[in-house]
Amino acid sequence: MVKPKIHNNSKDPDKDFKIEQSTLYLKYSLLLGDLDRWIPAVQEYIKNMQDPITEINLDGLKKIDSAGVAAILQLKDELIKNSKDVKIVGGSPSIRKKIGLFSYQEPPASRDRRRMSFFESTAESFLNFYHDYMVRYFTLAADVLYWSVTDIFKSRTHRKGEFYNQAVLIGVNAVYIICMLSFIIGLVIALQSAAQLRNFGANIYIVDLIVISMMREMGPLITAILVAGRSGSAIAAEIATMKVTSELDAIKTMALNPIRFVIVPKMHGSIITMPFLTILANVMGILGGMLIAYLYLDIGPEIFINRMGETLYNRDILIGILKSLVFAVLIVLTGSFFGLNVEEGAEGVGKVTTQAVVVAISIVIIADSIIGLIFY
Amino acid sequence: MADKKIIEVNGLSATFGEREVLRDVSFSAYQGEVTVILGESGSGKTTVLKHLLGLYDIQEGYVSILDNDISDLNEEEQKDLYLKMGVFYQNGGLLNSLTVGENVSLPLEQHTHLDDDLIRRIVLTKLQLMHLNGVYDMFPSQLSGGMLKRAALARAMVMDPPLLFCDEPGAGLDPISLASLDKLILNLRKELGMSIVIITHEVSSILRIADRIVFIDEGKIIFTGKIKDALESKNKEVHDFFHI
Ligand SMILES: Nc1ncnc2c1ncn2[C@@H]1O[C@H](COP(=O)(O)OP(=O)(O)OP(=O)(O)O)[C@@H](O)[C@H]1O
Ligand SMILES: [Mg+2]
Repeated sequence: MVKPKIHNNSKDPDKDFKIEQSTLYLKYSLLLGDLDRWIPAVQEYIKNMQDPITEINLDGLKKIDSAGVAAILQLKDELIKNSKDVKIVGGSPSIRKKIGLFSYQEPPASRDRRRMSFFESTAESFLNFYHDYMVRYFTLAADVLYWSVTDIFKSRTHRKGEFYNQAVLIGVNAVYIICMLSFIIGLVIALQSAAQLRNFGANIYIVDLIVISMMREMGPLITAILVAGRSGSAIAAEIATMKVTSELDAIKTMALNPIRFVIVPKMHGSIITMPFLTILANVMGILGGMLIAYLYLDIGPEIFINRMGETLYNRDILIGILKSLVFAVLIVLTGSFFGLNVEEGAEGVGKVTTQAVVVAISIVIIADSIIGLIFY
Repeated sequence: MADKKIIEVNGLSATFGEREVLRDVSFSAYQGEVTVILGESGSGKTTVLKHLLGLYDIQEGYVSILDNDISDLNEEEQKDLYLKMGVFYQNGGLLNSLTVGENVSLPLEQHTHLDDDLIRRIVLTKLQLMHLNGVYDMFPSQLSGGMLKRAALARAMVMDPPLLFCDEPGAGLDPISLASLDKLILNLRKELGMSIVIITHEVSSILRIADRIVFIDEGKIIFTGKIKDALESKNKEVHDFFHI
């Protein structure tokens, strides 16, 4: 056997181990603190060897802990790749006992999965997505909408006052923030366009611009995005928590229907309040625009309102309301869907909450553009 | 009468993902008896219970409760069946958004036409039976762990259901509360003729209350039968459990 040169920064490598005739002799101690030095040294040594090691001798070893046992067994697994068999021999009874105690056995692997090709795995993940999300989303939607309609006049399927609570939570509590933000947005849109319009001497068209953009687009959208952020996340978190803590199971075994008991009141609450919130957002946005029109373009409120009467059609108002209803349904559905989708555990709740907000806002924007296309 | 089967499970198997959690589980429970399901942590007890409650779809096997094949019930039948049972969940299952009083009154409020005062009286009685006074208007998050369990138990039995399921009601209780819980369970059985299925590990408790036991190990039944046969069982695991 050729003894290779070793570059080892520990003072005396022979202190830890030596190798003679395919046998690795371990010495002194192999504790967690020794491994940082020991493992690289052994690996370096083995890499430069020609004959494979077939035996690990523990006779010289005085101390070992669980990490040391793991290191020996790991080394054995590595060595086995080069030689047919590696035996661990010798060692005091106490060392052998520790090895028995601390050895980790891989649980038998459950059926080997065949590696899939790129196309197969793409197809499979698409199918999984289709099944896990699309199919279940639409099933939930069908259930929720069915019960939302049948339960309009029944209050015995949920707690008294629950609809009122939800209307307050989802709608009334959002009034301030929605008023404030839509006022600011109306203000900003008007401000940005004022200068341009003045250049063309088209001052009066500020009214058309503000009114149509708020009524048809910005009002419903701002409302929906804020409600999705506030209530979509709250709904997802609430339902997910209920699922994780067996509350939903408990509701079911109390002979109540979780969808009717939990989700339907939220649906009713949001369907009732969203149109009002949207109208409020429209009004505030237009007020913001009015202020700028007065300050920068010399269009007084009277002229503004007159012109508004000419530009505004019922159709625009109705489309805005229609959008708000669609968004209300989508936000509650998405929040509920992700809430129900939670995997056990508290961290699952945080995860689905974030997903719910992101997906709810995306779905709202997509739905907005689809409705926009239909009623162009 | 004593030998009327109320629960029959036959060849129940369940696989989650790649893991086989239950394999060929079969047992029966009889009217007016306390049936204890026991086994190591993770052996599948809660999973069996959830199958009995119809919370999981049955993949393989047959479960019948009060002569209803539970995988073959329509919405109304399922509701009727649920009205005949009370359930205590391992982690309580009280609705956190409602007070204890509202939680316990919920089944009465939803399924009966009793007036509010009467409901309140019934609920207070049940709470008192569980030694819970002055918690009516508290929220579940304000109770201690043991009080929470007792409140959940009060809700499970508020309708005096003929069939009561409990998942580890005693875990985490001190020996004295545990003994009084056992006494309550025996009383429910004796005075109201309830049939009770209970999951527990407490040997002392099992010896006090069990008529019949179902021993699960790694998703398989290793013993089922009367408690006195269990005590004499030659099966190593069963023997070790009772004679340590
Ligand atoms: N929904 C699920 N998805 C995947 N695995 C599950 C699911 N429910 C349970 N399991 C697994 O099934 C096994 C049995 O779980 P179960 O909750 O029935 O145990 P248990 O006997 O009630 O244990 P404990 O005494 O700790 O409550 C566990 O290994 C668990 O990981
Ligand atoms: Mg359990």
